[in-house]
Amino acid sequence: MPEELYEIEANIPANPIEEYLRMDRMPHIWCPGCGIGTTVNCFVRALQTSGLDLDKVAMVSGIGCTGRVAGYMNLDSFHTTHGRAIPFATGLKLANPELKVVVYSGDGDLTAIGGNHFIHAARRNMDITVILINNMIYGMTGGQVAPTTPVGATASTTPHGNFEETFNLPFLAESCGAVYVARWTAHHVRHLTKSIKEALAKKGFSFIEILAPCPTLYSRRNKLGDGLDQMEFYRDHSQIKNGADTKTVALEFQGDIVVGKFVDKERPTYLQAMNQHYQKKFGDRYVPSEEMRKVFHA
Amino acid sequence: MHADPIGVLTGAHFIDGDHACSEGAIAAGCRFVAGYPITPSTEVVERIADRFPFVGGVFIQMEDEIASSIAIQGAVWGGKKAMTVTSGPGFSLMMEHIGLAAMTETPCVFVDVQRAGPSTGLPTMPAQGDMMQARWGSHGDYQIIAIAPNSPQECFDLTIHAFNLSERYRVPVMMMMDECVGHMIERVVIPAAEKIEVHNRKVYEGPKENYLPFEAGRDLVPMMVKAGDGYRIHVTGLTHDEKGYPNMSVSAQGKLVQRLMDKIRLHADDIIKYEEENIEGADIVVVTYGITSRTAIPAIEQARAKGLKVGHLRLIVCWPFPEKRIRELAGRVKSIVVPELNMGQMVYEVERCAAGKCNIVSVPHAGGTVHQPKDILAAIEKSIRGK
Repeated sequence: MPEELYEIEANIPANPIEEYLRMDRMPHIWCPGCGIGTTVNCFVRALQTSGLDLDKVAMVSGIGCTGRVAGYMNLDSFHTTHGRAIPFATGLKLANPELKVVVYSGDGDLTAIGGNHFIHAARRNMDITVILINNMIYGMTGGQVAPTTPVGATASTTPHGNFEETFNLPFLAESCGAVYVARWTAHHVRHLTKSIKEALAKKGFSFIEILAPCPTLYSRRNKLGDGLDQMEFYRDHSQIKNGADTKTVALEFQGDIVVGKFVDKERPTYLQAMNQHYQKKFGDRYVPSEEMRKVFHA
Repeated sequence: MHADPIGVLTGAHFIDGDHACSEGAIAAGCRFVAGYPITPSTEVVERIADRFPFVGGVFIQMEDEIASSIAIQGAVWGGKKAMTVTSGPGFSLMMEHIGLAAMTETPCVFVDVQRAGPSTGLPTMPAQGDMMQARWGSHGDYQIIAIAPNSPQECFDLTIHAFNLSERYRVPVMMMMDECVGHMIERVVIPAAEKIEVHNRKVYEGPKENYLPFEAGRDLVPMMVKAGDGYRIHVTGLTHDEKGYPNMSVSAQGKLVQRLMDKIRLHADDIIKYEEENIEGADIVVVTYGITSRTAIPAIEQARAKGLKVGHLRLIVCWPFPEKRIRELAGRVKSIVVPELNMGQMVYEVERCAAGKCNIVSVPHAGGTVHQPKDILAAIEKSIRGK
């Protein structure tokens, strides 16, 4: 190889999203075939085109495989306790409304142990973006049943098959008041990237559920092949239905997957409502914090 | 630094301990409070909710105490001073995040207006049954600071002190109030803002390159930045290194936990605060804290009237415990009497430090009301019988 060509190549970053990641923390912990990394790639692509000042973007994760995303992002990032990313994000956003606060966590973390926080943040229309990776089980602890495990699937704590009804997460989010609700899979990288960009631009509680394979602890135990087989399944069994009624998008074991943007509406966010309310009630007597004044009373 | 005058209601007030605590928090610069209703602490957040729109604060009533105790930590990393307020059952739910605050060195204040337990217990009645929980309630090894006020005035003064200690040492500080102190109405004097000393966390403003957010200097307390400052910090409840990155090694765990312990232990003499009366020449010392310090006074006076040499040591800061002072006293008095509105908690610390050098008498009470002074008097008299 000619020397100058070699030099040019050496100047090309190994991965175009490198500057968004904490490369000194690589390699990551995720298994081969895991879908989380793909979603992170989409998230970074969305960030790149979002126009956001990255110094003003903060990421909050809970615990679990997806909970590790915060630690790999080159952003202000907080790896909190199990299920509590949303209330931490709530405090962070209320303290400094200038920040774009993103919660990135797993299905068990956000909807089982953190379920109460999830529904209340949606109800309040708290100004945060929640990205939920649904691999249908607890990955990090060894593949236990989750509120998202389909009926009929096998998990380590349902060795004879799961018979518990599952959450339909887009329906849950919408019924609690989320203003942006979408579902994609790790296969839908372009749609997902666009959707994340929209969610980041949305004011209020925006929510994206992303189905992602866990070949190690879900696919293998359910004899569904490896990560690639799951991606092929997503490709062959997903139907894009933007605007679908979220009541109709429940997931079934190896059933068809309805993906798309289901909800995109306007309603006053928590911060708008709070500021408007106090402004109306107290006029000039209302003293918002300095950060609040910048964003809402400029 | 002095308090921001916007929050300070200078003057004399006739208010209860809960409201005084709210005013103390505002004077200390607290501008974020998250809470969940629970008797007998609710008046603290009610006053905060009423006052905050006029002082640049944000109050949010969260869905539970678990959420409240971590929302405040989000707010602290957003640059605010923050607290949450609760009572026993809620305090139990908050243990998870006392550990997180200790591990991530997030300065914040937890107010526990104690009521009788266990479980739902006696919701509207006093106790001091959470003293050991405050110290040991979250899993693993860590240090906290706990303060026990005995009057509405102290609820004001010591809430400011709690924030100051929390900011200085980057540690969760517990205000261990009790139902009596919380609901007792007394004169509370709020000084002029410029007379109120307020400490703020040390803020790092140096270069971004090679910044180590958890590297501590000689005082063992790292400087802090906040989200949005451009430092792109990582904060985790996992064992971490100076950079804040998870590090699963035995050596990283040893180093971090040792520092979390030492930053309080090595400053214990600066943190510890107690009040003594008639200690010189005493044969008997009554060790008290919170409301029990006030029910002990008639008993001590009556004992002294009977010719007994009784002194009084009141703990103001309960954790860290004044080990040296108790050890010293145990070597020269005949007995130490410890009345508490629990079945015996801080008395274990007294026993440990006394190490058999004098007689230790616990005056337990399951809570629901305060001690009868005559019971404390009887214990004082019994404590030196036969010696």
